[in-house]
Amino acid sequence: MNSRITNRIATGVFFACAALITLVLAGLLGYILYHGIAIINWDFLTSPSSSFRAGGGIGPQLFNSFYILLITMIITVPLGLGGGIYMAEYAKPGKLTSIIRTSIEVLASLPSIVLGMFGLLVFVNLTGWGYSILSGALTLTIFNLPIMVRECEDAIRAVPRDQREAGLALGTTHWHTIKKVLVPSAFPTILSGAILASGRVFGEAAALLFTAGLTTPRLDFGNWNPFSPDSPLNIFRPAETLAVHIWAVNSEGLIPDARAVADGASAVLIISVLLFNLIARALGRFIHKRLTASK
Amino acid sequence: MIATQEKEVFDIRELNLWYDTNHALKDIDFPIHEKEVTAIIGPSGCGKSTFIKTLNVMNRTVPGVRIQGEINYRGKNILRPKTDLVELRKQVGMVFQQATPFPKSIYENVAYGPKIHGVHKKSKLNEIVENSLKGVALWEEVKDRLHAPALGLSGGQQQRLCIARALATEPDTILMDEPTSALDPISTMKIEELILELKQKYTIVIVTHNMQQAARVSDKTAFFLMGELIELDETKMLFSNPSDQRTEDYITGRFG
Repeated sequence: MNSRITNRIATGVFFACAALITLVLAGLLGYILYHGIAIINWDFLTSPSSSFRAGGGIGPQLFNSFYILLITMIITVPLGLGGGIYMAEYAKPGKLTSIIRTSIEVLASLPSIVLGMFGLLVFVNLTGWGYSILSGALTLTIFNLPIMVRECEDAIRAVPRDQREAGLALGTTHWHTIKKVLVPSAFPTILSGAILASGRVFGEAAALLFTAGLTTPRLDFGNWNPFSPDSPLNIFRPAETLAVHIWAVNSEGLIPDARAVADGASAVLIISVLLFNLIARALGRFIHKRLTASK
Repeated sequence: MIATQEKEVFDIRELNLWYDTNHALKDIDFPIHEKEVTAIIGPSGCGKSTFIKTLNVMNRTVPGVRIQGEINYRGKNILRPKTDLVELRKQVGMVFQQATPFPKSIYENVAYGPKIHGVHKKSKLNEIVENSLKGVALWEEVKDRLHAPALGLSGGQQQRLCIARALATEPDTILMDEPTSALDPISTMKIEELILELKQKYTIVIVTHNMQQAARVSDKTAFFLMGELIELDETKMLFSNPSDQRTEDYITGRFG
């Protein structure tokens, strides 16, 4: 075969692959948004869900999703950063390091339902917290941590060697170089990594089924005392998240408008995840611009 | 000769360095005198960069490195494990081939070193920043945008900023590892003028690929080849009347 024709075929094949991916995404998004967007309104987003009658909303679930995400990130980011710094700066090649690395990789590839069972065993039962936001957030931390560690490690390794040396050559200690040079330089990458991870955490259901639970107590959004049982901020209360709610409504929901609620909730979920992605990109670009003063 | 009466800043004795099995520096004896510019030339891989990085012990953390011999800085052997590297690097600043400003403002870049070494008074920092930037003739160009990101400066300005950053810790010696090889001719010329200016106050060691540059800026020149110090002499002597055949071959362009 003529090499020019081969070349054309190759180009065509690669283009088709790319087009396929885009089409799948567009189809999926289009389908979910088409069915869901009509259902979304202020009332749907804010009113509590109903158990039997039609017309329930997703207010508490939406709040729970964001709240669990927040708690998860508060735990994950410092741990991930610490682990990433260790792996990038302190870990010497050797047996210990390779054990740690393998652990991180295995942890990253565990199915989330298995993590959910582990969370049930440890956080729900062993500690006696029951189905709670804290149990859910800790389980999600395990789910998220390996990726966060790798993200932070890569970001710190990506800081040019020259900058690291420049820091050391000014007479800074290793710790100072990490604090003042490496982490600030790696910050934009770490931040967008964290936001992307947030998208994953936000949409996670399996790990939360047995840890944060399938119910939400009646919440009083006027009560911001975190120790009060009907306060939204209480981390020891059960909390059904949006993704879990979609699953629950679809599989065992008794409400007559289950289909509509699931459609609407799916659309909200997907829009949120999309927003996380877009924000991550925009923020990354913005910070890069600020730091380099490039146009 | 006047030079021999000058005080020695560095006195290097029988320095040997290996990267694993690669013998990168072989029995180097090398005095470096105060307030002189010492240029180090030689073909790629001759050990000149390795040598200059040994003077502030930057390469001790390279995996597989082994260093033997003595590097006496102001009478103290800095290769001893007890050496306070933080203090040493405050005294012996370094400028790299690629300008390496931190992703911070111009001001913060210069103030970085002094802050680490315990200067926190705002007025004192302002003074250090101004003097350091004036010292590299950058003050006039940036005084109105001290708090703009340093990465927004041109390549030549960034390199001068890096020199200012090194000056800010009040060193007595500045090591320069091919400081102009990534710069255009005009920026290069500015840095060379700066070097001549700086040697009034500082001892300078500069590694360069460019023999003309060595001839223009240095008082002494050393020629390295395959890890050996072949010749070290007054720059004029070395270029006009080299005593070693290999030096002559190199500076006349027969190899390298």
